[in-house]
Amino acid sequence: MSGWRRLDRRTLGVTAVLLTGAAVSAGIPIAIGTRSLWLVPAAVLFIGGGVLADYVRWRQTRFRCTAERLEVEFRFVAHTRKSLPRERVRTVDLTAGPLHRAFGVAVLTIGTGQHEKVTLSPLARADAEALRTELLHRIPEPVAHDGPLATLDPRWIRYAPVSFVAPALGLSAFGALFKVADWFGAGGGLLTWLLNLFGELPLAVSVLLLLVLAIVIGVAGAAGLFVEMWWNHRLDREPGGTLRVRRGLFTTRSITIEERRLRGVELVEPLGARLAGAARVDAIATGMKRDDGKTEAKTLLPAAPRAIAREVAARVAGEPVTDVPLVPHPPAARGRRLRWALLTALAPVLILLGLGALLTDVLLVLGGVLAVVALPVAVLLALDAYRGLGHGSRGRYLVVRAGSVRRSTAVLARDGVLGWTVKQSVFQRRRGLATFTATTAAGSGAYSIRDADAAEGLAFAAAAVPGVLAAFASVPAEASRT
Amino acid sequence: MSDDGTVRLRPPRNALDRRAIAWWRWQWALVFAPAVFVLALLGLLIPPAAVWLLVPAAVLALSGAAWCAVLPRWWFGLHRWEVTETAVYVRSGFLWQEWRVAPLSRVQTVDTLRGPLQQRFGLATVTVTTASARGAVKLSGLDARVAADVAERLTERTDATPGDAT
Repeated sequence: MSGWRRLDRRTLGVTAVLLTGAAVSAGIPIAIGTRSLWLVPAAVLFIGGGVLADYVRWRQTRFRCTAERLEVEFRFVAHTRKSLPRERVRTVDLTAGPLHRAFGVAVLTIGTGQHEKVTLSPLARADAEALRTELLHRIPEPVAHDGPLATLDPRWIRYAPVSFVAPALGLSAFGALFKVADWFGAGGGLLTWLLNLFGELPLAVSVLLLLVLAIVIGVAGAAGLFVEMWWNHRLDREPGGTLRVRRGLFTTRSITIEERRLRGVELVEPLGARLAGAARVDAIATGMKRDDGKTEAKTLLPAAPRAIAREVAARVAGEPVTDVPLVPHPPAARGRRLRWALLTALAPVLILLGLGALLTDVLLVLGGVLAVVALPVAVLLALDAYRGLGHGSRGRYLVVRAGSVRRSTAVLARDGVLGWTVKQSVFQRRRGLATFTATTAAGSGAYSIRDADAAEGLAFAAAAVPGVLAAFASVPAEASRT
Repeated sequence: MSDDGTVRLRPPRNALDRRAIAWWRWQWALVFAPAVFVLALLGLLIPPAAVWLLVPAAVLALSGAAWCAVLPRWWFGLHRWEVTETAVYVRSGFLWQEWRVAPLSRVQTVDTLRGPLQQRFGLATVTVTTASARGAVKLSGLDARVAADVAERLTERTDATPGDAT
């Protein structure tokens, strides 16, 4: 495999179908509005031009994979050549949308952890798979699987509707409906039709029923999205030190994370999933860009029963890191959380009451209702957030847990910690608390132990990452309690 | 520093250069002065609103003067720094006190910056970054020659130690 090669010729078919789809979907609203015939030649020109451009791209692009480098050349008018040392290759991802799959091709994306990225779009599926193996494993090894780390259990779909996606999807469904109705100038008519959908019921009941309908649509949508994203999910540990996630119903994706870039795992439990007893596992790895909009690229396991998520996290980390006993934080941390929660909840209530006293009684009632609902919720969230706080360490890892709406248990490799930042506000100082933040090159860049006991936290942080804080402790750091 | 709840980290050994006080004063003067100037000018140009503009201008000028007179001297005691054989260590802040440590073995880049005001006072800022997007350590308000020395020493040390945990 060292000669120059071409992309797959079937890209022309993919482009043609894609552009036809775009032309039709963009053309319909215009056609309805204008009813003019010039749309047809315009569409043909659009599709033909696109396919021609893609033909030139296919014809003039070639690539090769030598012993040291991956080279991609494009010669048309100008001559561009990308050359990537193979040892800098960090990720090789395969993506195949429904169209690609129909044509039997896949898109290969090669990342270096820096900003540059090489995309080979598309290759025949088997070729893409072979090139991926060649690029990542360097030395071809006989494939010796010790079974996948995790595979999707279809019953996990039940956790999809409890995410924040469901209500958003339900609302956007109505939004789309009104958008389409608007093309026909029937937005207002649609509203009356919807409100009369349930017969001669009072307005409030109709609105309530519509809301229920939106929720049902949202739940169905969330489940559908979950199936499309996570169907056939499996997480493998491959020879050569890589983790591979494969998933997708219509669009299939294959994401690879090198284990030497892995600095830990994060067990994430959003509130809804946590109440349902589920958790998701994310990788904490370097070189995963946060700004490319693919947050799910780092997810190793979707929302799954907590016991399974903990087991997967432990197997990825290579140590039983999820049953490390965590040191709880001092009760003063609970006080801080309660005060913050009450302040946040009281501010809008007080504003409503103040305005109500000046303007109208309706606002007083609204303020009262808000107080009755928001205050208990705030208190519960604060108490829950306090219960979640904890830190501990075992073996190669330190473990930090925090959060209520999004509870996160970050398991961070101690040798991946680049430094410590200690913060203490005047309020924390009065109560003997401090926040210890471990900075790292991976994941979000910083993981914080919030409101730990100032002395115990310092001893912990100094012991967890030797040679960073200990030299500056004014009292010799005692051995950590964990 | 035993039972009053502060973090038991000793203060870094070095204070900033004393000229940093003047530098901060000028920085804040340049924040306050334009606002005072605009208010005062408008107050003089629009006689009917003179009181409503000149009084705030005076208040702002007085509080700005007090701010510049008192606070920088206090900040000077709060900001401290140190570069040991193994790490860079800084402390800053009072309301939100902060201690930052970056081990030299993990340092990626050492930048020296001298803004126009800093040049005027012979000062410089050294920024030490690690591979973490959120772990930069900043030493601002050092004597320019000290800053150059520090930057050079840090660069030598970091060249000598491979591996930055990326």
